[in-house]
Amino acid sequence: MTRPLDVQALKKDFPLLRRGDGDRPLVYLDSAASAQLPRAVLDAMDHYYATTHANVHRGVYSIAEEATRLYEAARLRLGRFVGAPHPSREVVFTKNATEAINLVAYAWGRQNLRPGDAVVLSEIEHHANLVPWLMLHDELGVELRYIPLGADFHLDLAHLDRLVDGAKLVAVTGASNVLGSIVDLAPIVAAAHGVGARVLVDGAQLAPHRRVDVAAADIDFLALTGHKMLGPTGIGALWARQEILEGMPPFLGGGEMISDVRLDGFSPNELPWKFEAGTPPIAEAVGLGAAVDYLEAVGLEAVAAHETALVRYALDRLTDAYDELRVFGPVPDSVRRSGVISFAFGGVHPHDVAQVLDQSGVCVRAGHHCAKPLMRVLGVNATTRASLYLYNDEADIDALVEGLATVRELFSP
Amino acid sequence: MNELEDLYREIILDHYRSPRNRGELAVPPAHRVEGFNPLCGDEIVIYLDVRDGVLEDLRITGRGCSISQSSASMMSAAVKGLPVDGVRRLVRSFKSMMSIAGSEDAGAPDGPGEPVDPTTLGELGALQGVVKFPVRIKCATLAWNALVQGLDEIAAGPVDEA
Repeated sequence: MTRPLDVQALKKDFPLLRRGDGDRPLVYLDSAASAQLPRAVLDAMDHYYATTHANVHRGVYSIAEEATRLYEAARLRLGRFVGAPHPSREVVFTKNATEAINLVAYAWGRQNLRPGDAVVLSEIEHHANLVPWLMLHDELGVELRYIPLGADFHLDLAHLDRLVDGAKLVAVTGASNVLGSIVDLAPIVAAAHGVGARVLVDGAQLAPHRRVDVAAADIDFLALTGHKMLGPTGIGALWARQEILEGMPPFLGGGEMISDVRLDGFSPNELPWKFEAGTPPIAEAVGLGAAVDYLEAVGLEAVAAHETALVRYALDRLTDAYDELRVFGPVPDSVRRSGVISFAFGGVHPHDVAQVLDQSGVCVRAGHHCAKPLMRVLGVNATTRASLYLYNDEADIDALVEGLATVRELFSP
Repeated sequence: MNELEDLYREIILDHYRSPRNRGELAVPPAHRVEGFNPLCGDEIVIYLDVRDGVLEDLRITGRGCSISQSSASMMSAAVKGLPVDGVRRLVRSFKSMMSIAGSEDAGAPDGPGEPVDPTTLGELGALQGVVKFPVRIKCATLAWNALVQGLDEIAAGPVDEA
């Protein structure tokens, strides 16, 4: 039995949410772009810089060892958070999920893909999980195939077996940053592994909101980003099976990622440092570790239950209040619907919607959400997107609904 | 709400709801040029009919926000029938009004331009409120940049003629 979230208490943990215009609080509905940070994360980074800062894996003095310990502890916490069987060796810190996917495309892709090999993506991918593969298409002649979007705003898996036939990799998002669809990974993994293809999951929109267990899901790669899961910007991670990482050549070259360097060559370091060239973002890793602790304390199951209830409330209120509002996303079922709500508001351009809402202190995103191929599938240039997280409540939704009345008033024909 | 009213002046909303010179012209003789705002995916297509150094006619199609669409509509009304050098002068004045210190538009090839009194720009002066919303400046200048590109292409001559 999951205890409901005490959102009013949670809100107090987030300093930025107290920022407002006089007695009007800030209504932050853009967590799918970047989530706000709890005080505990900010304190962890401050404390690190104030008491422990030194470079990691280098100094023998005590604060350097303490910094290394904090950095590696953050790796373990993040690895355990996603169910990594070997968290100390399988979690590679990156700058964000984009870099994690690029790491796979660069190191694994160039080693394992040949001209004509197929990589299966989907029509709902973020540019981060499209462009690295388009680059390999241009460079190596890799064939790209796309799982189509179904009428219910979920991926249409009807022709999965044909799509994965001859594929070497299936790379899909765990949850759409535009539609709020949560992807049913099990049949995709089964089909991919059935033909010997690897599976990469872009977890940027999934891991902050739902329990991800890489072992139970039986996937091969998981890309993560810190700033969408209550952590700072500048830190993300790639999780991959140990045996896959061991077989991959390094990505970036430099300090830290080597065990020996001679004038005529080098030997790479052990996992996971083989993929971490240069001084890493230490404070950011510490902050991400604290964010994981915060999410574990709250409980991802409680977060999911809260978002499911709130997205249902939001969709009901929005569609009841405005006939001209059209949602691009699945109906709120209990399992495969996140708190991302993309919509069209009559003929009003999303930029105009977002601009007017901003004047009411409501922060939403307008644009193509780095998913231009999906925009073409939906037949729009852009959408307005409100996205929910653990600190949002019904009052935030009410503010959105009220703000849209001003939009309607201003732009009605 | 004052800032909002400054951005969405009544004249802007009027052009947005009833865009002037909407449509297409036969190509050739007209010249077709496209403009894109990669930030929001907005697109504009302008058809230009330049004869004897005069912009005799133009038509505009495309999709975009109220600022980009109304700016395009106002532009079409303001430049139609002007000699090309007059069009270019108006573009410089408009872009000068749209530039904020340090913005890329301030470093236009023609220089930052003289300070412009928005009242001399007629209806276009209503778009001055956009400057307070820097993200939207690219919306307001989308059609103008496409227009200049089109005029430049016409001046360079057709590529299929020797």
